[in-house]
Amino acid sequence: MNLFLDALFLQAGYNAALVAIGAGLLGFAAGASGTFPFLRKRALISDAVAHATLPGVGLAFVIMVALGGDGRSLVGLLAGSAATAWIGLLVIEWIARRTRLAEDAAIGAVLGVFFGVGIVLLTVIQSMSAGRQAGLESFLLGSTAGMLLQDAVVIAIGGSLAVFTTWLMRRPMTLVAFDSDYAASMGYDVRRVDLLMMALVMSVTVVGLKLVGLILIVAMLIIPAVAARFWTDRSSRMIWIAGGIGGASGYLGAVFSASAPAMPTGPIIVLVAAAIFIFSLLFAPERGVLAAIVRHRRFQVRVHRLQGLLALAAEHPIREAYTLRLLAREGLARPDGVPTNAGRAQAAKIARDERRWDVAREVYQDAGLTGRYDGLTPIEDVFTSDEIADFDHRLGPPVAVESG
Amino acid sequence: MGAEFVQFSLTPVLIGVLSAIACALPGNFLILRRQALIGDAISHVVLPGIVVAFLLTGMISAVPMLLGAAGAALVAVVLIEAVKRLGNIEPGAAMGAIFTSMFAAGVLILEQTDTSSVHLDVEHALMGNLESLVWLRAEGWHSLLDPSMLATLPGELSRIAAVCAFVVVATLMFWRWLKIATFDEGFAQALGIPSTALGLGLVVVAAIAAVAAFDAVGSIIVIAMFICPPAAARLMTNRLGHQVVWSAVFATLSAVLGYVLAGYGPFWFGFEGAVSAAGMIATVSGIILAGACVFGPHRSRVGVAQQEAR
Repeated sequence: MNLFLDALFLQAGYNAALVAIGAGLLGFAAGASGTFPFLRKRALISDAVAHATLPGVGLAFVIMVALGGDGRSLVGLLAGSAATAWIGLLVIEWIARRTRLAEDAAIGAVLGVFFGVGIVLLTVIQSMSAGRQAGLESFLLGSTAGMLLQDAVVIAIGGSLAVFTTWLMRRPMTLVAFDSDYAASMGYDVRRVDLLMMALVMSVTVVGLKLVGLILIVAMLIIPAVAARFWTDRSSRMIWIAGGIGGASGYLGAVFSASAPAMPTGPIIVLVAAAIFIFSLLFAPERGVLAAIVRHRRFQVRVHRLQGLLALAAEHPIREAYTLRLLAREGLARPDGVPTNAGRAQAAKIARDERRWDVAREVYQDAGLTGRYDGLTPIEDVFTSDEIADFDHRLGPPVAVESG
Repeated sequence: MGAEFVQFSLTPVLIGVLSAIACALPGNFLILRRQALIGDAISHVVLPGIVVAFLLTGMISAVPMLLGAAGAALVAVVLIEAVKRLGNIEPGAAMGAIFTSMFAAGVLILEQTDTSSVHLDVEHALMGNLESLVWLRAEGWHSLLDPSMLATLPGELSRIAAVCAFVVVATLMFWRWLKIATFDEGFAQALGIPSTALGLGLVVVAAIAAVAAFDAVGSIIVIAMFICPPAAARLMTNRLGHQVVWSAVFATLSAVLGYVLAGYGPFWFGFEGAVSAAGMIATVSGIILAGACVFGPHRSRVGVAQQEAR
């Protein structure tokens, strides 16, 4: 526990602090720039982009060694990975546009093939200069052990550029994500905007490669955005919420992994993000599962109360046990189904409102008003008191009924 | 083409071909149903499935691993459905959220438990290990006729052969149902075909193929085998039957060419040693797909060619 608190407040050593800050920044950038691909329903392209970085890492290493360099220069490797990821993106776009294969098949094909090429290159590297290739495999699942200040700086610069561009371009990207035809008619180049979205995904992937690895960076691009969607309906706000969720999972994940042995950083970050996602899925207001259940129950109560009161008004027996319980609980009827005075009054009002609705539908044959009749909306919510007085007038005065 | 070939190349080639075919067959239907990325999801959750199966049984053997992976695939599909429905999330994102989380859990469990004694390490799981599946005891072609020698064949071969046979039989048995449900789900339901169960069954068969192929090519490259041969086949013909046959041909071609290029290619270029056969198989399948995209007789959408000619 102490270890955890130390790590949480960046007291667990230089490397742990560096990793925590780097992971937090990366998470923020990934969450923010993953927002629009998710809204565009193309979240999984980032999976292909991430896998397509692998051959670039290998190629960059081979080229740098062939030119007599060290081969492990971070900037070179990242440039290489960006290059092949970009090629992968263009290939997906080309296949989906020019052939009859659907985009999902194109994504899968690029993902598998580029990864395969990457693996071939990694084995080539293993055989060409033993020993010096050490570390390239860490791009698969990420490694934080040897994280340097330089890596954190790359993440900070690349990440803030991605977040800044996302924020700057939020309007065209929102338009394209929700209605690309409308965006095109407004004069936006949909294809360019799409490519920009993916370029942002690509840049985050590339800077995050070394920390969480190319397989799990996908999770950081998708999960925070999915979780953020539960908390807001505004895309401009969603960027920051997704960023916050991503940042929190990155930071907390790094802290967890620093405070216990055999806790690889990348997977822990992803699992923290997944926990936040599950929490959002269950407990978010409006869109969460719990909110939906509550909403459903409330609806059920309204329907049953209305049906019960209508039955009381018509002096029909109530056979539905739930309705009876509900009315009894609200003091509208006794458990044996005999209405209380309050129940009688409510029933009379409901019955009168039903009659008023009948009149209203004859008077206003306008679906805009009477179309709102669903049997549950109180008539006072739709018509003014003057109009209701008019309905009452048409209904005629109250008629005495023989008391039973 | 003598004893050495039988010893070192025959079994890997066979395993590669059988895995490629076992994956390509369900891949045809996944692509047509626009579920190509289910293959992606399955291949990622194979890892946690196998790890959990290993933890529960404590051994690396075929049946628990197959069951574990198939179970993980089912769990993934159910979770994806649940997230889709409960959260009103689009399928791609739901898939992305679920399979990456399950993959992360798999890696974590793997790191937490001491599996170093067995050949279950993450890189192997990702990259496959086709080259090591050799038949060392073989002495030549005549060993194929010797029952005592046949018993020393690598276990992976009989496993993938059984799985491949199972996939072929399942495809043939449910051919009519699959065909109808794939192209017109509403019609299939009207006929009384249990299309939901059929869809789930397809996913489970794909998962079984994926885990059997996992030995040979690793969990990521399986995606290439699910998608590339059927996708290329789709661009060659308009008939489902022909497409499935084409996909099997492409799968075989990728496996054989890929293995040969990986094993002997570097020598032709004057390098020492070999490159990853699994990676090379994926590469070749990609080249075949690229060829089909450029030259395939049925490559464009109906109507697109005319539109562009205008």
